[in-house]
Amino acid sequence: MADLTRRQFLKVTGATLVGSSLALMGFSPTPALAEVREFKLSRATETRNTCPYCSVACGILMYGLGDGAKNAQASIFHIEGDPDHPVNRGTLCPKGAGLIDFIHSESRLKYPEYRAPGSDKWQRISWDDALDRIAKLLKQDRDANFVAKTDDGLTVNRWLTTGMLAASAASNEVGYLTHKVARSWGMLAFDNQARV
Amino acid sequence: MALQSLDIVRRSATTLPEPQARGAHTGQVAKLIDVTKCIGCKACQVACMEWNDLRDEIGTCTGHYDNPADLSEHSWTLMRFTEYENPKGDLEWLIRKDGCMHCADPGCLKACPSPGAIVQYANGIVDFHEENCIGCGYCITGCPFNVPRISKQDKKAYKCTLCSDRVAVGLEPACVKTCPTGAIVFGDKEDMKQHAAERIEDLKSRGFDKAGLYDPAGVGGTHVMYVLHHADQPMLYADLPENPKISAMVGLWKGVSKPLALFAIAATAFVGFLHYIGIGPNETDEHDEEAARRELEKTS
Amino acid sequence: MTNHWVDIKNADLVLIMGGNAAEAHPCGFKWVTEAKAHNKAKLIVVDPRFTRSASVADVYAPIRPGTDIVFLGGLISWLIANDKIQREYVVNYTDLSFIVKDGFTFTDGIYSGYNADKRTYDKSTWDYERGDDGFVRSDPSLTDPRCVYSLLKEHYARYTPEMVESVCGTPKDKVMQIWDMIGSTSTPTRAMTIMYALGWTQHSIGSQMIRTGAMVQLLLGNIGVSGGGMNALRGHSNIQGLTDLGLLSNQLPGYIGLPLQSEQKYDDFIAARALKPLRPNQLSYMQNMPKFHVSFMKTWWGDAAMPANNWAYDYLPKVDKLYDMLQVYELMYDGKINGYLAQGFNPLAAAPNKAKLNAAFAKLKFLVIMDPLATETSEFWKNYGEHNDVDSSKIQTEVFRLPTTCFAEENGALTNSSRWLQWHWKGANPPGEARSDLEIMAGLHARMRAMYTKDGGAFPDPIVNLTWKYAQAESPLPEELAREYSGSALKDLADPKDPSKITRKAGEQLAGFAELRDDGSTQSGCWIFCGAWGPTGNLMARRDNSDPTGIGQTQNWAWSWPANRRVLYNRASCDPSGKPFDPKRKLVAWNGTAWTGADVPDFKADENPAGGMGPFIMNPEGVARFFARAAMNEGPFPEHYEPFENPLGYNPLNPKQPQATSNPAARVFARDREAFGKAAEFPHVATTYRLTEHFHYWTKHVRLNAIIQPQQFVEIGAALADELGIGNGSQVKVSSNRGFIKAVAMVTKRIRPLKIEGKTVHTVGVPIHWGFMGIAKPGFIANTLTPSVGDANSQTPEFKAFLVKVEKV
Repeated sequence: MADLTRRQFLKVTGATLVGSSLALMGFSPTPALAEVREFKLSRATETRNTCPYCSVACGILMYGLGDGAKNAQASIFHIEGDPDHPVNRGTLCPKGAGLIDFIHSESRLKYPEYRAPGSDKWQRISWDDALDRIAKLLKQDRDANFVAKTDDGLTVNRWLTTGMLAASAASNEVGYLTHKVARSWGMLAFDNQARV
Repeated sequence: MALQSLDIVRRSATTLPEPQARGAHTGQVAKLIDVTKCIGCKACQVACMEWNDLRDEIGTCTGHYDNPADLSEHSWTLMRFTEYENPKGDLEWLIRKDGCMHCADPGCLKACPSPGAIVQYANGIVDFHEENCIGCGYCITGCPFNVPRISKQDKKAYKCTLCSDRVAVGLEPACVKTCPTGAIVFGDKEDMKQHAAERIEDLKSRGFDKAGLYDPAGVGGTHVMYVLHHADQPMLYADLPENPKISAMVGLWKGVSKPLALFAIAATAFVGFLHYIGIGPNETDEHDEEAARRELEKTS
Repeated sequence: MTNHWVDIKNADLVLIMGGNAAEAHPCGFKWVTEAKAHNKAKLIVVDPRFTRSASVADVYAPIRPGTDIVFLGGLISWLIANDKIQREYVVNYTDLSFIVKDGFTFTDGIYSGYNADKRTYDKSTWDYERGDDGFVRSDPSLTDPRCVYSLLKEHYARYTPEMVESVCGTPKDKVMQIWDMIGSTSTPTRAMTIMYALGWTQHSIGSQMIRTGAMVQLLLGNIGVSGGGMNALRGHSNIQGLTDLGLLSNQLPGYIGLPLQSEQKYDDFIAARALKPLRPNQLSYMQNMPKFHVSFMKTWWGDAAMPANNWAYDYLPKVDKLYDMLQVYELMYDGKINGYLAQGFNPLAAAPNKAKLNAAFAKLKFLVIMDPLATETSEFWKNYGEHNDVDSSKIQTEVFRLPTTCFAEENGALTNSSRWLQWHWKGANPPGEARSDLEIMAGLHARMRAMYTKDGGAFPDPIVNLTWKYAQAESPLPEELAREYSGSALKDLADPKDPSKITRKAGEQLAGFAELRDDGSTQSGCWIFCGAWGPTGNLMARRDNSDPTGIGQTQNWAWSWPANRRVLYNRASCDPSGKPFDPKRKLVAWNGTAWTGADVPDFKADENPAGGMGPFIMNPEGVARFFARAAMNEGPFPEHYEPFENPLGYNPLNPKQPQATSNPAARVFARDREAFGKAAEFPHVATTYRLTEHFHYWTKHVRLNAIIQPQQFVEIGAALADELGIGNGSQVKVSSNRGFIKAVAMVTKRIRPLKIEGKTVHTVGVPIHWGFMGIAKPGFIANTLTPSVGDANSQTPEFKAFLVKVEKV
């Protein structure tokens, strides 16, 4: 005890004065509202989904603001694992557990954008302008470079000067429609993430 | 199971008895962390931040997998990675999830001078109530595991709540639910001990002769326990203390300082002390701690 | 996967090699920990790095990147020499007894038929010998010197434990310990599963590494059984589904190859795909291919697909060669590609040799990005200092960036690596003006169709005649598309046995591909998905997780292709008489009149086993192949070839034949070959990989993940760090012959130097997740370093083994 420095003594004794001494002397303590934090999911809307990252395909529960009423704009504010799912049984890895910040990432794109040749910046563009222009570029290139027949007369009906990569995190329905459209153009330079 | 029972059994800096009629008659809760199943994926860190609406800083890489580098008011749990070469010459990557141990005899609560800033529930959870926290840092001094952290922003102490808000409605904590390999499990403390015993048997069959449960008696046992492959050497796991005890500083304030304080309440010097408390000593320095340790060694 | 995630719990032994399941697939890895905890399973990890999978393994062994065939080839030799094979299985269910053609040879690493100038093989000798009856000859005693067994044994005799230690750098005691454990699963009552991923695919001999693993599993009788199998973990959430749906250069949905240019006649196209049995009484299931193909063509082109035009055969583009990513970037670099669309794909980060990509993209006239996130590819033209040092003013590419929905904002199905199609539901609207890819693709089609209808142009027929029966032409619903790819009757279908009975009315959904017909009366956009949305509704949305047998066969959870079957080749889990090899993990069995059990039989349901039909019904042989015939480009047996950038300069298995140093059949473009580095200048072996905290290049945009792994680093063994004076946490520069990155050095004991052919070889670990976009600390794209060369079959780039130089900064 002799080793106790003055500073220590001040610290130890000083801190005590705020609280329990009052109680010891018979004063009531300040009201200590010892309640747990309110459970935040009570009436949130639960939607079942699948983690979009790896191929384990864990089941997830997304909790959204609002009860589906027309005037409430749904917004997902919490995600956790689906305990019914046979594979993940409620668990999620650090990627799946962080999905909420993917949905709300500041890198989410919100508007169609256009970068002109030689420019160093984006400019906003409407959906119609973007799709009209892209379709025109596609058709120009296809009409100019489509190979109906090879030099030795084989029918090949292919278009090689425009290519496409498909999203392997997109749903089957997106993949199916993408394939249908791209192949109808005669495209062969067509690949997805399975390649790498 | 007394998961619904969040009745308070102890409250910091309060000597008035708590209501005692209700009790945890179906058992107390515990989280068991099986270090031998842990893959260090940090899902628990993410789930903790996500559930508790915390976002730590985006830091830097310091040459370790430990990120963030330390516990903070925004990181209530984190993985500590240790590369250990065992006597056979094989490498082991020991990964320990660090965070509040929810001691049965909580040093933080005992050290806390602010009424109701730290409470212990009947089910065993030790919870901080920041609205009552004065930021003095005594919980840090009192904690044998060096867990609570004071926020630089609001000068209040934070740590794992064992997701008391989830447990209160009958759910498991967020880290437990998310753990991909089942390295973190949760339930009645006795069930957790039995689960640990099964795990230890399996580990012994795989050559870990010293596998065992970490539920240290020096703090009355804990409501967060570990299964360790090398239970004889807890220090291997990023300095998990071998025989954790409540710091002598806490004994000091109970034994000597408190009566002095009682006396001092009448004194006008009070104001000066308050000032000191409010802005000064948020942490004890190493010198103080060392002195306290020596004091403890002398007396024990 | 041949099996599925939950089934891993039934394994007695788990081999993780060429993958890192604990980090890349943590929630699937749970079933490994389950097998350990409740099935007393052991876990073996073989990896160049001591990974987080290794941290919970019973045995870990290091291996030099790119040498897995040596390790596994040695294992094959050891299993044969020590009679650790399941003889009843291999004699009856594999081609080991088949006789190989006389002209087939293998000398100094080169198979018969090699053309060194074209770097391709004439594969005519790579086949079985036929008997007078037209069927393949066999010798069930396995003694014929030309039988597959004899050739296999001879081929791998060179792969000794000493050779393994010298080439792989794996200590011999670890090798023997692991082989012994693996050999223990040759009994019918023990099963091993192999889990692999990009650690096997991303090599110039990646496909053959996987084959070698499969051959090990066949020798042990571990294919088709519960707790066994070859389990590709796979990467993205729907990489399986997109592959199933044929979104690859030369594929149509359901693994039907697009017609080759040489297949000018429709009948030739069909004959090459609807193969006749090679052995008596074999099913050769793909004889049904015309039913699948005609149904497919009817789906896409409706009335325009008719018998008179061979079901619109000309509408399909004809393939002259594979236009995979590497080929396309080569053409793009040469200015031969004008337009490019990247849907949810970030090739600037994901493809090898970033400098080449930057130059190639700058030659495009237009680039269209569809993505929920701001990717590096979308800003390849923008200067980000040394992370992307370009001059915008010199890049003339028009770039469109279209915002898309993410998973939370759409309905639809994803197919996981277990082949389960699982439906998911929308929870919120996308931000701003973002639209689904369905609307974008429909919007482009609508415009193209309108222009081709009005103005004409090059071959408008497949565009203007494309079926489009969606209620809202510019916004097809996922439900409409799912019903379409599943399939329905176009006319009333009569029972072939009793034409007075109608089995399916026109417009009704079909229950499965067995109902498909080749007369134009049915439609299905992807035959292997047929039945996913059946007559009773959307089976992908099923949520009954009951598991009556306790072995994890949740048959009523979602829907699995093919035909809701969960374990492929499950007939092979029974002996030839139809009794389960291991009754404790019974999948199916012959009950005297039919095949029944916990799974949908992968067999003809009423086929009496006495008839001798083999369990591998997709192969015309009816059995599994050790001898790949002409299916692989570099040879019928996997042979070790060094990575294109390797520390030795020769192949220790074939040291005298320089043509056999690296894969002799791999396609290498001249400028990519020039960009290869040599060991003298780049002495360290590098390998790229993923960390558990991140997913590819997405999660650096995700705050929670950026917090737990904020900054780019490279992993360097303590020995190399000492040698170079590199301190832990300091900055280092890692260069290849293609560029450099700078990163924090993480000095670790988990990567150790290996003794290779007497030389010390250091491995450097390069995690891939950083780039110049996002909220994590900005970094370099790891693929700045990687070489542009792919596997000879799949053209998957060699990301896992290349040469670098590490320097202090």
